[in-house]
Amino acid sequence: MRVALYVTCLVDGLFPDVGKATVRLLRRLGCQVEVPLEQTCCGQMHINTGYPKAALPLIRNEVAAFAGYDAVVLPSGSCTGSVRHQHAELAESAGDRELAESVRELAGRTHELSEFLVDVLQTTDVGAYYPHRVTYHPTCHSLRLLGVADRPLRLLREVAGIDLVELPQAESCCGFGGTFALKNAGVSTAMLADKMRAVLDTGAEVCSAGDSSCLMHIGGGLGRLRSGVRTVHLAQILASSR
Amino acid sequence: MTYLGMPTGRGNISTPAKFPVLAETALANSQLRRNLANATTTIRAKRAGVVAELPDWQQLRAAGAAIKDDVLAHLGEYLEQLEQRVTERGGTVHWAPDAQAANQIVVELARQAGAREVVKVKSMATQEIGLNEALAAAGIPAWETDLAELIVQLGHDKPSHILVPAIHRNRAEIREIFLREMAEVDPRLSDEPAALAEAARRHLRRKFLLAEVAVSGANFAVAETGTLAVVESEGNGRMCLTLPRTLITVMGIEKLLPTWRDLEVFLQLLPRSSTGERMNPYTSMWTGATEGQQFHLVLLDNGRTATLADPAGRSALRCIRCSACLNVCPVYERTGGHAYGSVYPGPIGAVLSPQLTGLGGNRTNASLPYASSLCGACYQVCPVAIDIPSMLVHLRARAVAAEPRYSPERVSMAALAWAMADAGRWRRALRLGRFGRLFRRSRLLPPPLSGWTSSRELPVPPRETFRDWWQREGRDETTVVEAGRSEPAGRRLAETEPGASQPGPTESGAAG
Repeated sequence: MRVALYVTCLVDGLFPDVGKATVRLLRRLGCQVEVPLEQTCCGQMHINTGYPKAALPLIRNEVAAFAGYDAVVLPSGSCTGSVRHQHAELAESAGDRELAESVRELAGRTHELSEFLVDVLQTTDVGAYYPHRVTYHPTCHSLRLLGVADRPLRLLREVAGIDLVELPQAESCCGFGGTFALKNAGVSTAMLADKMRAVLDTGAEVCSAGDSSCLMHIGGGLGRLRSGVRTVHLAQILASSR
Repeated sequence: MTYLGMPTGRGNISTPAKFPVLAETALANSQLRRNLANATTTIRAKRAGVVAELPDWQQLRAAGAAIKDDVLAHLGEYLEQLEQRVTERGGTVHWAPDAQAANQIVVELARQAGAREVVKVKSMATQEIGLNEALAAAGIPAWETDLAELIVQLGHDKPSHILVPAIHRNRAEIREIFLREMAEVDPRLSDEPAALAEAARRHLRRKFLLAEVAVSGANFAVAETGTLAVVESEGNGRMCLTLPRTLITVMGIEKLLPTWRDLEVFLQLLPRSSTGERMNPYTSMWTGATEGQQFHLVLLDNGRTATLADPAGRSALRCIRCSACLNVCPVYERTGGHAYGSVYPGPIGAVLSPQLTGLGGNRTNASLPYASSLCGACYQVCPVAIDIPSMLVHLRARAVAAEPRYSPERVSMAALAWAMADAGRWRRALRLGRFGRLFRRSRLLPPPLSGWTSSRELPVPPRETFRDWWQREGRDETTVVEAGRSEPAGRRLAETEPGASQPGPTESGAAG
């Protein structure tokens, strides 16, 4: 099947290894992966900060970029959420019916990574090998907006060599929240402190999640504390092999 | 008044300073943090337990939302129906466009009834308008009879939670307040909860028996029958609603239900969502007034029709003031209600307070929609399914539209949007990000980015962007793709410290 990777601006510019891991993983599972470069960004930062119109050209980019692909895969729950739950409504508000229809159609074949693996490729054992103690943080968009439920955990459980430990109060928000992390840095830090405490309590070497944004925030805090715990994206764990 | 004639909300629904500023004070208050964490964790668990008992909870939520949307779609008609029924049954209805008007009406009614003081049932609406202060200014003290409100009142304080207003106080503080402010209190009063409650009970008993006028709010008003309902835990409501000769009820115009039958849905939604009980101890309902008694209903607008005017914001008026959203909010849990400034704090406060006051010209309330990480926990628990996260995003757009054209934020957001609008421009812009590698040893950045580095390491920009890698070799299917190193923020240390431990071998990419 022709799969397009919606790499996301954060992965594109700051965490390209996540994108590379996703390509490696999907190819290993037999997908023909393409990355149409008209894509730029899903626009959620602008939308969520109060500048929705800025996202309109970005929505047009994605509709053009991903036309004709069987599936569009994103290594990000929040970006998938934006495409699925924000873009069509935005296009409607701007009076662009056609764009709204196109993006609705696109949303119907857009998948967050764990959704794609479990629901479309119908697999939970992706042939990974990752001999480390890992704890998994379910990011809020994946958890509450997309409802991915335990798909990521089911995938991680099948990873050979993994020591997967449950994260206490896993469903508590890590405190990133986009520009919230800057505008309300104090509260963001307080929430981060509790998330880090939970991670450290597991004794895990690695904290994983399906969103680079949350990982950047949690990893940034763990790094500042010189905790010795690192953050690794779900795609990177699943892409790892012997 | 706005030019369309919709009253702007006034009263205690505005924050005196921007949320981040007030939040810093709250975050440093360790007593408050303990109280909040304990209380919200406990109520959260109770709520989850009783909600899980009902197999049709989601249908109840949907019904609650639908009934309230029906009320909002026909608000004028239902209000007139309510007025008619109440009047037929011996009550009098007054219409108050804003807080000031409502206060004037109540003060006048209290005077006419010859009251020297009034007793009060807990009412968010009366706190919203600052009624106690208005009555006191008119020489008529108002005594709160709800235990938590009593504590707040005697402490010369402000409520910090919709349901448990004194959550920011511990028992030692409450004991001190009682000793200082209650006449005829036993000087040997301990801080045991039972002893404190008994002291409050004695203090209030005389007030109940002597009061001529009571002021209450209402949880629901049934348009079909003219019936009002108060849902409570302590019984002080029952005392106030029945003993005094004159009852004045102040109620927001959105608190209607169309028919008597609709109570069935809400009396299941409210107790389970608020106190986490299957049923609250006292529910009082009354219609009109019996002979010898007087009943006055003051309908309060104070920004509600202005809120109704926004199709994307009006569902905030479905709110039944259960506070379930406060109890699950990670932001509220760490800052408490005072940080929001308004008597309506937490997630619902962040969408309701700015809509009641309007966003233009109220810079501090415009900070409230940003007091959220958009985690969505509130939407999950709201008994009337208000989509608070989407509403917060919508109100942020309204807040930005009300800001000056050339704020620094607007300029940088526009620049970024311009770069992202075209793939070629974006490719070049992403490459510029690599200059960030020059700052990888920096501890501090200028504001607003300093908000990040105050507590977190910065990610080190990569040597090559993903799309450049893709063009160079990634698109070739024969390329062996290495999974690569995996430390978004930790990497800066591994790079600057020779001999630092590397990530595990599997991540450096064995052949795929």
